[in-house]
Amino acid sequence: MSTGDIEDVETFRQRARAWIRGNLAPLPAGSGIGVMRAGESDEAELAAVARQREIQRMFYDAGFAGIAFPREYGGQGLTADHQKAFSEEISGYEYPADIQAPTFSPCAAVLLDFGTEEQKRQHIPAILKGEELWMQFLSEPSAGSDVAAALTSAVRDGDDWILNGSKIWTTGAWWSDWGLVLARTNWDVPKHRGLTVFILPIHQPGIEVNRIEMLNGNKEFCQEYLTDVRVPDTDRIGEVDDGWTVGTRWMFHERMLHNSPLVTIPADGARGTIRATHLVEIARDAGRLEDPLARDLIGEGRMLDLVTHALQGRLSRGLRSGRMPDQSAAIGRLFTGVTAARTTTLSFNLAGGASAAWTDDDGATAECGNDFLLRQVSCIGGGTTEMARNVVSERVLGMPREPAKDRGIAFRDVPRGASNRG
Amino acid sequence: MLLELDPDQEVLREATARYLTDRVPTEKIRRLRNDVSGFEADYWRAGAELGWTSLLVAEEHGGGSISGAGLVDLTVAAHEFGLRAAPGPLVPTNVVAAALSAVGGAAHEAVLAGLLEGTAIASWGYAEPAPNDRLGTVELTCRVEGDEIVLDGVKRPVESAGVAQFLLVTGRGEAGLTQVLVPTDTPGVTVEPLRTVDLTRRFSSVRFDGARVPASALVGELGGAAEQVERQLQLALVILSAESVGAMQAAFDMTVQWAFERYSFGRPLASYQELKHRFADMKSWLEAAHAISDTAASAVGAESPDAPELVSAAKAFIGEYGVELLQDCVQIHGGIGVTFEHDLHLFLRRVVLDRALYGTPAEHRQRIAGVVEHLKERA
Ligand SMILES: Cc1cc2nc3c(=O)[nH]c(=O)nc-3n(C[C@H](O)[C@H](O)[C@H](O)COP(=O)(O)OP(=O)(O)OC[C@H]3O[C@@H](n4cnc5c(N)ncnc54)[C@H](O)[C@@H]3O)c2cc1C
Repeated sequence: MSTGDIEDVETFRQRARAWIRGNLAPLPAGSGIGVMRAGESDEAELAAVARQREIQRMFYDAGFAGIAFPREYGGQGLTADHQKAFSEEISGYEYPADIQAPTFSPCAAVLLDFGTEEQKRQHIPAILKGEELWMQFLSEPSAGSDVAAALTSAVRDGDDWILNGSKIWTTGAWWSDWGLVLARTNWDVPKHRGLTVFILPIHQPGIEVNRIEMLNGNKEFCQEYLTDVRVPDTDRIGEVDDGWTVGTRWMFHERMLHNSPLVTIPADGARGTIRATHLVEIARDAGRLEDPLARDLIGEGRMLDLVTHALQGRLSRGLRSGRMPDQSAAIGRLFTGVTAARTTTLSFNLAGGASAAWTDDDGATAECGNDFLLRQVSCIGGGTTEMARNVVSERVLGMPREPAKDRGIAFRDVPRGASNRG
Repeated sequence: MLLELDPDQEVLREATARYLTDRVPTEKIRRLRNDVSGFEADYWRAGAELGWTSLLVAEEHGGGSISGAGLVDLTVAAHEFGLRAAPGPLVPTNVVAAALSAVGGAAHEAVLAGLLEGTAIASWGYAEPAPNDRLGTVELTCRVEGDEIVLDGVKRPVESAGVAQFLLVTGRGEAGLTQVLVPTDTPGVTVEPLRTVDLTRRFSSVRFDGARVPASALVGELGGAAEQVERQLQLALVILSAESVGAMQAAFDMTVQWAFERYSFGRPLASYQELKHRFADMKSWLEAAHAISDTAASAVGAESPDAPELVSAAKAFIGEYGVELLQDCVQIHGGIGVTFEHDLHLFLRRVVLDRALYGTPAEHRQRIAGVVEHLKERA
């Protein structure tokens, strides 16, 4: 590959740094911290999303959108190292957190892998400009882990498909534009062979988006009911009945989110995490910074941050060079899930009594109790850590697969839930 | 271990691997349990010829790195040591050689040459006994009297002190921390063997009762050793981490294989989800251990500002998760896992001992907390 004709990373970094400092607001301390904390109000949440679209548009106009996306789709055609430099430079400044995941990865990544030329030309530039926010319509009420057991059906009708069913646990669907949908197109073959992937505008007649309240009051989670939703065949991604090929790549991109060259995630952590630097704030505000036991917990948090970062680097190098099989992405998913849960426990322990009861004036210790209640989301969202363990043991270490009652039989005949077993 | 070695590093790895397999197969390691030094002199000399002691030494002193990053090269060899639970004073000799090369000056050239050839052994007196055994505590005194330096105090545990001709000792004096190179036959120096969990590594308690060395024994400046000791600690931690990761890898591979071979209730252990999930966790710890060990090695090698926290993160993480991984391997082996006959314990010993040397995970977590507290100022 010739590198002579692209800007070198250091020059790019300087340019990015100057632009970021000149155009974006620094984030107040502690912003974006915590586990899916509830926003102030719907209006505030919508305003935040609107601001993020605006920032994404500013990226686009300044030549920083889609740093590693191909130029023909409006990207910058640069490398993963350029993206990494940008992510490092933007740490501490506002950035479009909610539209990076899942719009950029996995959705745009899937589109780049499997979309037709026309689909890419229509959507990728719009995504890069912040005009289209995409969500994953993957999980269903009947089962999330068993992704290929989707019941949402798509039936061919001339040049269109008619979709019926329900998707659930979609983060941010109520303020997003497009959904990437896994649907069943064939009930007479084993489950993996009868799926197809489509895209559709979320806000249209036939789609009802219901918001689900999480246990801390957050209402980002949504359930969608699809009733006779018409999707043109030109909005199909990949081949008919070959949705599992798309789906496995889709989940790969999801697991690799934190390493994706397509995504801007500040170097000091993604949204909704508890960073080790924040553990220091919690300990300080709890008046325990000098307590050796507290310092042990802070040190553990930072250790886990550093190790996670090092592991992500190793995995992305290994995957890129082919020294590790693609399925190794599940190692990162497992480790980050467990680690994030542990870090949430550390903050809960550091906050002490303020984990039980607090006021807004308690600084960083406020809300640590609520964060702890939601601790497990890091081990559930994006596929559970149990599923990641299955992938690591079966696909990376080659251990025997779990016995499955649905193999080799038409999906129509597969037992689904204790209630329909009769 | 690094995912990709350059061709010269691969030569070192391959030569070390072949030599260790040949010279210290596991039956040999078992037999070494009653050996006074834990390794044979000619074994170490030939190993030195492979480059085991020269990678942290400057070219003008007869050393040199392979890839330009000598410490990273050394981790390649150290990893092979861990994979085979191999004997030999890899950590102390390299730490002392690096120190003599960096700040030893002309006075210690002859000793350094001996270390490079593998004809001399030197050890590094870092830890002190309880109650002063917190990481980095120095109570041993180092007093200047005319043109002599007088040492009083105890270092323990000191690796290979029983076979070492020289000890690099840190003492506290009026001027601050000071390091001297003390011949072990100096009057007033007593070396008493300790018992240990390892089969091949030997440790001693070394007592200094008014032991006198000439001022020429100084390594670096009088009272100016704090930074150089910190550097030595970082080097030791990197080498030790790479070794521990090698031992984790060996135990893990052995246990995966066992899980495929051992049947219960008509199916291999590897088919039980409960065990598969534990293997997946272990695999994630193992890859994470490789990653942080390599990251720390290159940061310490390059003397980058984040080296102190990365190397402590490596020590704390590998110390904690390394022993958990090994104990899980024992558990999955069942009864055979706690026998002397099975090789697993060779690696268990390695990782357990490494965890306890040069600062426990808790001590390193506290070091990290000290760094992270000032992180904002650094940014
Ligand atoms: C914060 C968050 C955001 C999310 N965002 C989205 C989104 O945007 N779009 C979307 O489509 N989905 C989303 N999800 C849904 C998520 O992908 C699912 O919750 C997840 O895949 C688990 O599915 P489930 O909830 O149906 O649990 P189930 O599949 O019912 O699993 C229940 C339990 O059984 C375990 N289990 C199931 N099968 C096995 C097995 N074979 N072996 C061992 N254990 C097993 C699981 O690990 C889990 O512990 C989100 C979830 C969360 C928490």
